Amino acid sequence: MMEASSTVSQSFEAFAGRVRSHIEVGARFAGLMASANGPATELLAVLSQSGSLVAERTALPEGVWQYPSLTPDIPSAGWYEREIFDLFGVAASGRYPLEPLVLPLASGAGRPRPGSGEELPFVTLDPRAPMTRLNGEGVFTMSYGPVRSGVFEAIEYIVETPGEDIPSLNLRVSYKHRGVEKAFEGLSVDDGVLLAERYEGVASVAHALAYCGAVEQIADVTVPMQAGFVRVLHAELERIVNHLDTVIRHVEAAGQAVAFSRFSLHKERVQRLRARLCGSRFGRGVVVVGGVSGPPAIPPTHLLLDLDEIEAELARDTKLLMSTPSFLDRLRGTGVLSPMTVREYGALGPVARGSGMLEDVRFARPYAAYGRLGHGLLDVLGEGDALARQKVRIQEIDGAFGLIRRAVEELNEFGGPADGKWFVPFSSVSGDALGWSEAPQGELLTWVQVRDGILTRVKPRSASFHNLAMFPFAFPKDILTDFAFIEASFGLSIAGVAG
Amino acid sequence: MPWIPRGLRNGIVTSGYPRTPDGYGAGFRGTVEVNPDRAAQVTDDVMNACPTHAITVEDKQIQLDRGKCVLCGRCVNMVPQVFRFSESFATSDLHRRSLVVPSLKEGAVALDAVRDSLARRVKSLRRSIHVRHVDGGSDGADEWEVAALTNPIYDVQRLGIYFTASPRHADVLLVTGAGAAGMAESLQHTFEVMPEPKVVIAAGVEAISGGLLADGYVTREGIASVLNVDVYVPGSPASPFGLLHGLLMAVNLLPPTKRAIGSEDCSSPTTWERT
Repeated sequence: MMEASSTVSQSFEAFAGRVRSHIEVGARFAGLMASANGPATELLAVLSQSGSLVAERTALPEGVWQYPSLTPDIPSAGWYEREIFDLFGVAASGRYPLEPLVLPLASGAGRPRPGSGEELPFVTLDPRAPMTRLNGEGVFTMSYGPVRSGVFEAIEYIVETPGEDIPSLNLRVSYKHRGVEKAFEGLSVDDGVLLAERYEGVASVAHALAYCGAVEQIADVTVPMQAGFVRVLHAELERIVNHLDTVIRHVEAAGQAVAFSRFSLHKERVQRLRARLCGSRFGRGVVVVGGVSGPPAIPPTHLLLDLDEIEAELARDTKLLMSTPSFLDRLRGTGVLSPMTVREYGALGPVARGSGMLEDVRFARPYAAYGRLGHGLLDVLGEGDALARQKVRIQEIDGAFGLIRRAVEELNEFGGPADGKWFVPFSSVSGDALGWSEAPQGELLTWVQVRDGILTRVKPRSASFHNLAMFPFAFPKDILTDFAFIEASFGLSIAGVAG
Repeated sequence: MPWIPRGLRNGIVTSGYPRTPDGYGAGFRGTVEVNPDRAAQVTDDVMNACPTHAITVEDKQIQLDRGKCVLCGRCVNMVPQVFRFSESFATSDLHRRSLVVPSLKEGAVALDAVRDSLARRVKSLRRSIHVRHVDGGSDGADEWEVAALTNPIYDVQRLGIYFTASPRHADVLLVTGAGAAGMAESLQHTFEVMPEPKVVIAAGVEAISGGLLADGYVTREGIASVLNVDVYVPGSPASPFGLLHGLLMAVNLLPPTKRAIGSEDCSSPTTWERT
């Protein structure tokens, strides 16, 4: 059962037809996920129709290893089809060349097939898996990664260039594939939160929220209102610190040494505040199934004072940064994503909002206490360049401070839950559901299947995964020196892509 | 121009660590400490509640493997008389076995030998240490903590520690993540081109033991299946101070008194009574 409206089709053709008809009436393609059910492979397509989720499901029966690709009609399905092939061995046939994405295995090798419950022994990777190449006179290929200069997550960018322009760019994310989805199998629902927090560590709170949202739907529990406020508090601190991280990466690329120090200091202060609130610099252990582990460890009045101080210092530096021409010049007109690309790919989060697509899960499908705390509308920004994405993030930081303040005030007013319990206990559950949250990177969806309290399949679909597919399209007029800015302006985590 | 006074605005914010202790830590979960006298209270339920099976009891001796502990706090909630959070970040060690606390007596001698041998190896590095970080399959949070070392609060340059782009300039290989199969070749290659003497640090429980991802189809037990590790830095992820402690330990620059904290068992019964 799902809260999202869900239809099961008996054949793949009927399923594909329904998905296409949703797209034709303007729905956004939000993802294609799979789960092994014995020898069969279940497919779940998720679409967003004006903010509401629609789920389309079907199953490929035993022995069916191919299905007609959706990519010719829905370009953003391409990465999902590649991922499903890598993990399940079920191939999309059609125009799209199925290069490996997250797990390059030799053909004929055993596949992990998450959901099957069967263990896969340690695999041998095929390190030189095929990849589409551009051909042309004077075009050469530069490989950048997976060990790059600086402290970065592992990814390889394959830049094909005649010199300065970047007519084609490809990426390999498989280096750091960790097999997290398979590791969920057999865990208790409580242990599942810990792994969800580590799927994409910089968005631990958002992942815990989406995962717990799904389990809470299955168990049919309502989270105590006070726990909702605590959830908002930690989710918004996570947003602030992620957005600050993108600012740091921008100013570092621009060689703004003082700004780099200043924003690094602000980020560290927020991390320390998070540690004082819950013991973890990444908000881990706060969100539990049914609520939160407890109230913030420091009194609301202290928290608000700390917050005021951080916000005031930050606002002063942000104002100066956004009026520093040598900084703005590097971002303006850089890495433009056209509104068409963004719509066609169903972009998420600040990347989408910078190109005028404003959907925000916090307000479209309110979870935690967002419905109660009200709306943070953005000024419409449609330029689609790195600067627009950065302005979106700066507005979102402002909004986050406001939401935190309101959440803390409400918490102060209502006090702790009447029965002293910050989470609702629940008994062993079975079922499946889709949970969601708005991570700092954008919409996060987590599909959870559970049987008698034991997880059989958990599939987090991070915004990083969905958005990174658009990265090669962000170089229309840009040259190699813009690369660092465009990468930073996407603000993604590779862990959330490689899985 | 307006940036220059901005840089002076907050005065000196940099930590005095390791010369002077740092006050940071209030409420921070640095590590879990064990009260060795309460083995009877560690039931099977407690051991099974640990998501990484880091707790064992043998012959009435409780053992907690900090190389596996993800700091979730379940044991602390269940039996606070036995386990408690400590703000200490000085938990790095030179021996995988020494991460298991309380430390066994026979381990101490072997550890001294390891320490002396490492100290001889890194003697020539003095106070110019170049670090190459490589992501061996992390969750992304580890990189944030490594990058934080260059912020004005930790400011590792003041200690002669620099991050370097080229492995050929590097003295220390700092590896985060579970040692994913896809990174094995890159990790080995990076290590091979580094000049001697060189030191390998495993940062975070994923790198040390695989953590929650141990024994998967692309992960085994951390990066030890790919490289020989010299220094282990626990944490999930390893905190900036924890990393700093591990880095200083790697190049034998910890002040003598501080060095002992990591390997010493902090849980004497008297301190337990006080809290």
